[in-house]
Amino acid sequence: MSVLIYAESEDGKLKKGAFEVASYAKGVADAMGSSVTAVAINATNANELGTYGVSKILNISNDALATFQAKGYAAAIAAAAKKENVEVVILSSSADSKYLAPLLGVNLEASVASNVVALPSSTSPFVVKRTAFTNKAFQETQLNTATKIVCVSSNAYGAHENTTEASLEDFTVEIAAGNVTVVSVDKATDKVSIADADTVVSGGRGLKGPENWNLIEDLAEVLGAATACSKPVSDMGWRPHGEHVGQTGKPVASNLYIAIGISGAIQHLAGINSSKVKVVINTDPEAPFFKAADYGIVGDAFEVVPKLIEKLKAFKAAS
Amino acid sequence: MKILVCISNVPDTTSKINFTDGDSTFDKNGVSYIINPNDEFGLTRAMWFKEKQGASVDIITVGEADVEPTMRKCLAIGADNAIRVNAKPEDSFFVAKQIAATAKDGGYDLIIAGRESIDYNGGVVPGMIAGLLDANFINTCINLEIEGTTATVIREIDGGKETLSATLPLVIGGQKGLVEESDLRIPNMRGIMMARKKPLTVIEPSSNETQTSPNGFSKPSPKGSVTLVDADNIDQLIDLLHKEAKVI
Repeated sequence: MSVLIYAESEDGKLKKGAFEVASYAKGVADAMGSSVTAVAINATNANELGTYGVSKILNISNDALATFQAKGYAAAIAAAAKKENVEVVILSSSADSKYLAPLLGVNLEASVASNVVALPSSTSPFVVKRTAFTNKAFQETQLNTATKIVCVSSNAYGAHENTTEASLEDFTVEIAAGNVTVVSVDKATDKVSIADADTVVSGGRGLKGPENWNLIEDLAEVLGAATACSKPVSDMGWRPHGEHVGQTGKPVASNLYIAIGISGAIQHLAGINSSKVKVVINTDPEAPFFKAADYGIVGDAFEVVPKLIEKLKAFKAAS
Repeated sequence: MKILVCISNVPDTTSKINFTDGDSTFDKNGVSYIINPNDEFGLTRAMWFKEKQGASVDIITVGEADVEPTMRKCLAIGADNAIRVNAKPEDSFFVAKQIAATAKDGGYDLIIAGRESIDYNGGVVPGMIAGLLDANFINTCINLEIEGTTATVIREIDGGKETLSATLPLVIGGQKGLVEESDLRIPNMRGIMMARKKPLTVIEPSSNETQTSPNGFSKPSPKGSVTLVDADNIDQLIDLLHKEAKVI
């Protein structure tokens, strides 16, 4: 009864999240006295998973899975889970993994726990801690089915090296043609996404208009960060909806979240609360964000941010 | 076209979150309830299909009698029929199973659910409904058009979006983008009056199967106070982020 992970890849390369999922799975497997098997789909560097505690890699090369399709990917992972007779399947919290998790759940008659933030407090019964009420609370959830699916929150556990001798095996699956087809993909390839980012730089109404967004973008560039915005900013059309973070937008669980000109409405704070370190820059010392932040500067973004960019450039150059 | 919109009854976004009975139960005291925002975007999009393409729109909620005000609000917004599965929503699988059972008999072409509820944030009910019905499924939808039996859908992906084409019957997990915030409707008096006469059918659960059980809640530990840095001393901020927080 081993632990299986789906090691997500993009353009043939494993995503950063795959190593975090592998590390988490190693922790679960150790607690269960078991080992980690990974299933990778059309990844060219699947062997790297051994560095993060994976003992066996099932490598699928299949043209029918060249682009993500939830049903086909779920079928492939289910086939691997059945072959290995696994008890726990571990996925990331990426958009694709969250898309396929419930399909996989039905396929394997497995329960699903999403947004999981820590190793199981017990493996028999199997109990995990997950966020609920949009990060305002944690829930301990007991998974009662024979097979269990866990979606780990990004950046919650981190990637930990644990070099393991990993065997690599080709795994063949038959994928039926689906009725959902991808027509086109519109993705900025030169920018880090909010889901994958270690750092997120986010702007609010305090920036006064979309023409000032170069401040956010320049700061993000220095930090290798993703850009985000508050709800009013996306509602006014200053920025695309895909950048809206908060309760009804995207959740953020970065290591560093920098909020510029965002007052910190409860719905916004809920969405970004899982970020580890929060920095706020705002002219209003009474802004609620100061109560939620770790570091704050009371000041005008138009003066503070250019200085910050300059100083960070110098810091990066020196280090 | 027959549309079923799945509605979850959730605490208002500004609610204080507390727990009672030894942190085992959400404290409903003083909490007002709303249509789950992700569901409301879907319901509003369904109204568009009703008005422009002559679709019929039913809503379904799994819950006890106290969810009915939220269901009536959906009827006031314009849904034609409401179905309440009379049971406490025990877990995601339980809810998905009830909705799938009703949907199977109802012959729906399109089932719209929110990407996730803002209370338990499970995010698996829409996919489980699709899995149980063996219907097509697209998650995190931000745009939905239907022509005959073909749906064209835009889905949000990490770092961008993707356009997909799918045949009906289809289940979608919806979110903001299906309609804009400004398109959301506040029921008018006529809608509210009409909603009182619209059918709200109560049915008993088709199964009592669950997959998970809640083992209690906790709240994040209170945060320490913010460290303020002078606007003229940016070096100090960089130093703190580097040496203390170790994030740059």
